[in-house]
Amino acid sequence: MYPVVEVQGLVNRFGTQVVHDGLDMQIFRDEVFGIVGGSGTGKSVLLRTILGLHRPQAGVVRINGQDITRMDEAQLRHVKSGYGVSFQSGALYSGLTVRENVQLPMLEYLSLRSKALDDLALLKIRLVGLAASAAAKYPAELSGGMVKRAALARALALDPPLLFLDEPTSGLDPVSAAAFDDLVLYLQKELKLTIVMITHDLDSIFRTCNRVGVIVDRHMISDSLEGIVNNPNPWIQEYFHGERARARLGAAHGA
Amino acid sequence: MAAEVRRSAQGLELILSGEWGAREFGTLEAELAAVPLGADPIRIDARGVSTLSLSGAWALHQFLARAQAAGAAVSFAGGAPPEQLRLLDEALREAAAGAAGSLPETAAAVAPQGAILGLLTDVGREVVHYGSSFRDGLAFVGQGTTTLLASLPHLHRLRPTSIARHVYDTGITALPIVALIAFLISVIIAYMSATQLRGLGADIYVVDLLTIGVLRELGVLLTAIIVAGRSGSAFAAELGSMKLNEEVDALVATGLNPFEVLIAPRMLGLTIALPLLTVVADLVGLTGGAILCRYLLDMPFTQYITRVDGSIAPTTFWVGIIKAPVFAVLIAYAGCYHGMRVRSSARELGHLVTVAVVQAIFLVILADALFAVLFMKMDI
Repeated sequence: MYPVVEVQGLVNRFGTQVVHDGLDMQIFRDEVFGIVGGSGTGKSVLLRTILGLHRPQAGVVRINGQDITRMDEAQLRHVKSGYGVSFQSGALYSGLTVRENVQLPMLEYLSLRSKALDDLALLKIRLVGLAASAAAKYPAELSGGMVKRAALARALALDPPLLFLDEPTSGLDPVSAAAFDDLVLYLQKELKLTIVMITHDLDSIFRTCNRVGVIVDRHMISDSLEGIVNNPNPWIQEYFHGERARARLGAAHGA
Repeated sequence: MAAEVRRSAQGLELILSGEWGAREFGTLEAELAAVPLGADPIRIDARGVSTLSLSGAWALHQFLARAQAAGAAVSFAGGAPPEQLRLLDEALREAAAGAAGSLPETAAAVAPQGAILGLLTDVGREVVHYGSSFRDGLAFVGQGTTTLLASLPHLHRLRPTSIARHVYDTGITALPIVALIAFLISVIIAYMSATQLRGLGADIYVVDLLTIGVLRELGVLLTAIIVAGRSGSAFAAELGSMKLNEEVDALVATGLNPFEVLIAPRMLGLTIALPLLTVVADLVGLTGGAILCRYLLDMPFTQYITRVDGSIAPTTFWVGIIKAPVFAVLIAYAGCYHGMRVRSSARELGHLVTVAVVQAIFLVILADALFAVLFMKMDI
């Protein structure tokens, strides 16, 4: 089984500051892979590199076996239509309604009649648990949780088999965050998605992730959830067994 | 062929194959639309489909709805319909329960009500809109003035550093373009008037025209228009993106008055910068005139200076320069006011920046016209 996303020997430097130094990562089909790391360890840079928004100094990034660091714009465009991204703050286009936001990638990549366009956009909006009335709203009129869901609907616009979520539950109350996790799990199961998510939310990790990659010392340590919790690395120990984590871990193991 | 139709004794057989993704949606729909529907039972074999995406499932869902409407019995080869269809039904049912009522409501609000009534409604809505934006503008001016008056006695509340920054941004950095434009304007006046006046043998009046034109009107007016384009837009864009970013809310929450922190320094900074820029524009304009007269009319510099001295009244310079602070306040007002009106979107920001610049230029020219009338009545 070859990986859907594969990163090898990634080096990212900004001036003298080395963010990644030979980082390796593999993400396989149908898994939910969580990327964890302290602030400033380069989680977002890693995501931007995988998405082709940032060219690394060295290393290989393969999506479905194709190295995107060596691609020209046209090839990259084709790869980009094969995955969906939801950004941390939603990044909904503020001048467009939710429906138009979802339709934008469709208009760009597909040739559809307007009826089909409306139907499909509404389908995606309903699929992420938003009411049909939300379709006509502008991003400024949405609550935080709705923005996250709308961003997810836009990420799903082209039915991508691969989904990137950047801190999908940050800024949500625990109930909404749990509901969002359930939604992610539901979509993963029903649509057979491969999901990569950056998250800080321990609840989210324990609820959704099959495997976790932790960025420590400019490298990535990745393992199954069980394996990573028992990893001897001090930062990982602190992260999963610190004050804040202990209660949750106990709850997760007890269940 | 993604959907192949076979006719057998039992009815229609539909064999689906290949990729049923979002990219193929157009073809899928066309092919499914071409399937002849009747009362004959339809048997669908979807086992050959490699990936049935949601979009593909939606196309199939629509087809099934049409088949049902036509009265055809549908069955699936291998027993159960594809998983994705169930997911689709689930998603649609869940949301339909929650949101059925809300759409028709909005539809009713915009429903056509007859031509005359519609026109009246539009006129009324516009009047109310303009009325309320006029009131908002007045409120803004009022709030700005009271804040300024309240903070005037306390130097630190005027934020000198911030003012200095705005003097630099709106004044010093604008020097090259203001100087260049002032020079070019003097070239235009000199050339135009020289060609006309030379025929009358009245070349010397080119100097009068230049001096009075630049000092009284053009120096200050063109500087104000350039500054309206540069700084009016900068104010609106800066404040607008701060509003979008909730920075203004953060200020208010900290107990700071955005009028005091953001708007007063801009007003005062520009009020200092614009008169200074005008002085520079006047100087460059007159110098440009001197050079032009020297080479165009063969007039020695000494004669030019004497003539300039003779043509201006003591008030000429002041009549021009006194307008500068007024223009500065108008420009700063238009930029800040429209910047603070931004609420939600990037598009709104762009629109309001445009409105700010257009309104700043309009206000400057309107004020200039009023000044012209005023000075004529005052006989200066």
